Amino acid sequence: MTDTTVNAGIAHGLYTEGEPVADTKAPAGPIAGKWTQRKFDAALVNPANRRKLDVIIVGTGLAGGSAAATLGEAGYNVKVFCFQDSPRRAHSIAAQGGINAAKNYKEDGDSTYRLFYDTVKGGDYRSRETNVYRLAEVSANIIDQCVAQGVPFAREYGGLLDNRSFGGVQVSRTFYARGQTGQQLLIGAYQALERQVAAKTVKQYTRHEMLELVVADGRARGIIVRDLVTGEIETHFADAVVLASGGYGNVFFLSTNAMGSNVTASWRAHRKGAYMANPCYTQIHPTCIPVSGEHQSKLTLMSESLRNDGRIWVPKNRDDCDKDPRQIPEEDRDYYLERIYPSFGNLVPRDIASRQAKNVCDEGRGVGPVVGDFRRGVYLDFADAIARLGKDAVEAKYGNLFDMYARITGENPYEVPMRIYPAVHYVMGGLWVDYDLQSTIPGLFVTGEANFSDHGANRLGASALMQGLADGYFVLPNTIRDYLAKGPFEALADDHPAVAEARGRVEQRTARLLQIQGERSVDSFHRELGNIMWEYCGMERSEEGLLKAIDLIRGLREEFWRNVRVLGSGDTLNQSLEKAGRVADFLELGELMCIDALHRRESCGGHFRAESQTEDGEALRHDDEFLYVAAWEFSGGDGDGEMSTPVLHKEDLVYEAIELKQRSYK
Amino acid sequence: MNLTLKIWRQAGPRHPGEMVTYKVQDISEDMSFLEMLDVLNEQLNAKGEEPIAFDSDCREGICGMCGLMISGEAHGPEKTTTCQLHMRSFSDGEVITVEPWRANAFPVIKDLVVDRGAFDRIIQAGGYISANTGSAPDAHAVPVPKPNADRAFVAAECIGCGACVAACPNASAMLFMGAKVTHLSELPQGQPERAARVVSMVDQHDHEGFGGCTNVGACSQACPKGIPQDVISTLNKDLRAALRG
Repeated sequence: MTDTTVNAGIAHGLYTEGEPVADTKAPAGPIAGKWTQRKFDAALVNPANRRKLDVIIVGTGLAGGSAAATLGEAGYNVKVFCFQDSPRRAHSIAAQGGINAAKNYKEDGDSTYRLFYDTVKGGDYRSRETNVYRLAEVSANIIDQCVAQGVPFAREYGGLLDNRSFGGVQVSRTFYARGQTGQQLLIGAYQALERQVAAKTVKQYTRHEMLELVVADGRARGIIVRDLVTGEIETHFADAVVLASGGYGNVFFLSTNAMGSNVTASWRAHRKGAYMANPCYTQIHPTCIPVSGEHQSKLTLMSESLRNDGRIWVPKNRDDCDKDPRQIPEEDRDYYLERIYPSFGNLVPRDIASRQAKNVCDEGRGVGPVVGDFRRGVYLDFADAIARLGKDAVEAKYGNLFDMYARITGENPYEVPMRIYPAVHYVMGGLWVDYDLQSTIPGLFVTGEANFSDHGANRLGASALMQGLADGYFVLPNTIRDYLAKGPFEALADDHPAVAEARGRVEQRTARLLQIQGERSVDSFHRELGNIMWEYCGMERSEEGLLKAIDLIRGLREEFWRNVRVLGSGDTLNQSLEKAGRVADFLELGELMCIDALHRRESCGGHFRAESQTEDGEALRHDDEFLYVAAWEFSGGDGDGEMSTPVLHKEDLVYEAIELKQRSYK
Repeated sequence: MNLTLKIWRQAGPRHPGEMVTYKVQDISEDMSFLEMLDVLNEQLNAKGEEPIAFDSDCREGICGMCGLMISGEAHGPEKTTTCQLHMRSFSDGEVITVEPWRANAFPVIKDLVVDRGAFDRIIQAGGYISANTGSAPDAHAVPVPKPNADRAFVAAECIGCGACVAACPNASAMLFMGAKVTHLSELPQGQPERAARVVSMVDQHDHEGFGGCTNVGACSQACPKGIPQDVISTLNKDLRAALRG
């Protein structure tokens, strides 16, 4: 079925279209030579001049921590900011599975090109070819760098590094440190960063949150932050600003993100002119522990490696859904992934496994507690694996995951099938950047999950860690120097209009949030927004649902600014105030996500439009109409919570090194 | 279940604090301890009382941001982080005391939130391997025997939460520091700076006001990641060797 109606977004006046994005600034020539060419062309900065150049980095995860350490080592004058109490807390730390690199240590046919190819295909042909090739190209250097820092990767008995295969690719290119790869890589970057703090090339500001970007004379020149302990509003200047502030999955309230993960740094930059690209591309991970009740504050992911041995099923009959699963006979079980996808079975990609779980639960065949209207869970059953391999072998492979499951649910997965349900996990969308990772605001660079460029409409497993460290250790330090070579820029005075404007805005907003003194808590607004997003902009989206969501979000945002209750004062640690500012920005982002999802009348990767599917109910892309990046420009709205019609700028995706194909997993 | 909570409230670093009693009703045993506190905070907010400040971020036991003294035990009765502690570990009608980490080197910021900046400064003093970006040889240039790699990994699992300090009668950070020293000492890449590292880190530890180690082992017992006590032996051995020159 192809939707041929007039684009609903334009028809409803929800957005307008502007000029296409002219140039991504990738050098000309064959794809394999572009990065070398760019590094050569990028201007150099004399070592003696580097200490005169100030760089601000927001966020200390893999992308920010690695960039801060590397720029500090190079001799720039770096300031790094995080809202947590230490750079080591950033949410990169929670990544479990591993990090891809085209080392070909297994001699199994891996190469830079193959990693590039797998990543573009996995992203359903919606990522930018030049950036992805570079990612694959620098991937091998990341492993070298991390080993030199002392990251304790898994090793074989001969002392060399071990690899495993991951995420549906056919080579073993994933390096790992048990189920804590993200933790170990982040601690590596953190230690490199702390070394630079000791060397005084980097100054670190913990418990500080960026609340505005300073743009003066067309350049990003600094940030306004709130010291979360004293409440003081501070201005920090720089010659360039790097946002490495992570993803915005918490717009859904429930996600596998950390409690503090937020969009504020990115959204404030968006409001100042940085385009936001493909905001609707969300990754929903199939193997998470289901919601247990209304009190739920976050969701926990379990490695998708569980699908290698666990079988997913629900009862055939709704009447069986509250029975003890062990009492349901084999013929009354529906192993629906094995039934629908006989060749891939339980190992279909993340987006497909997630959507089918939703479908069976929507039919009323879900299991576990009723949350809202339905039971939201499916069984992941290891009974066959335990019978085949023995309990000890299953324990050796998955013991830590089974323990985690038992701790959270109070159930023993060796005895009773696990219950799983999809949860929001990662966002592929983010601030638009060019080949240099520079946004549409000169001097504002964006790295890691906060940018959009490498994963298209769906991210492959073990690629987020790769991208964060590629950007921070190897890409940004080489591209930002081309910009910094034009500096140092003229110092700004505190009373410069751009500075006064940014600072005034933060002060007014903080004061207003504290003055409203309404009836509803910040969390209640956040929860309601999350429900709207999950229902209408989650695993399946439709024109009707998205239009409804936009209305609901606008109403909720209007109520927020009139009825939120934030107690306490602004001159002390005030966690309600922190959350209020973040939720206010989510309430704006959510609308843009829905508009983006509405305008993209095709299904691709994690974006499934009900109107665009094959006869078998599979995702159907429309390359003729939608082979582009949707980069959204904020078009005004001065007051808090005010947004006028966003402007769409299209960046056409050009595939020269790869042939476009439709995915199939039957 | 219904519970009585006695919680430390302190308006700021220079304010006196006190234990305040709260009641919560209809708590589900599937809630995490922090979700139970979320429920309490929603109640307080509705009544116009300022919510209780406490730290948490990942809520899946890996970032190390959360940490409460629960009825006298760091992270409570189970061997896990506070965020992974669930209410089924408590019984209906129980009285639970909730306090921040208590240590001179971890000053209270507000309520249950403390400043653990001292841990960052100990790492700055030498808890790293100096390897500038771009200078690394191929990852396979130096094989690492698996037993060393495995022990390095076990030590590197430390999440920097501070439970070891909170549990120690002397508020010593030897387990935290020993974990880092052991992680880096087990690896060939960590050898060049081995002696200087341990001396500098121990100096910083003492300077921050952490106490001395008396080998009682409360730290390792309280550690949610089960960092073994023998990392302290490794630290002492490295320190002895370094001081002999």
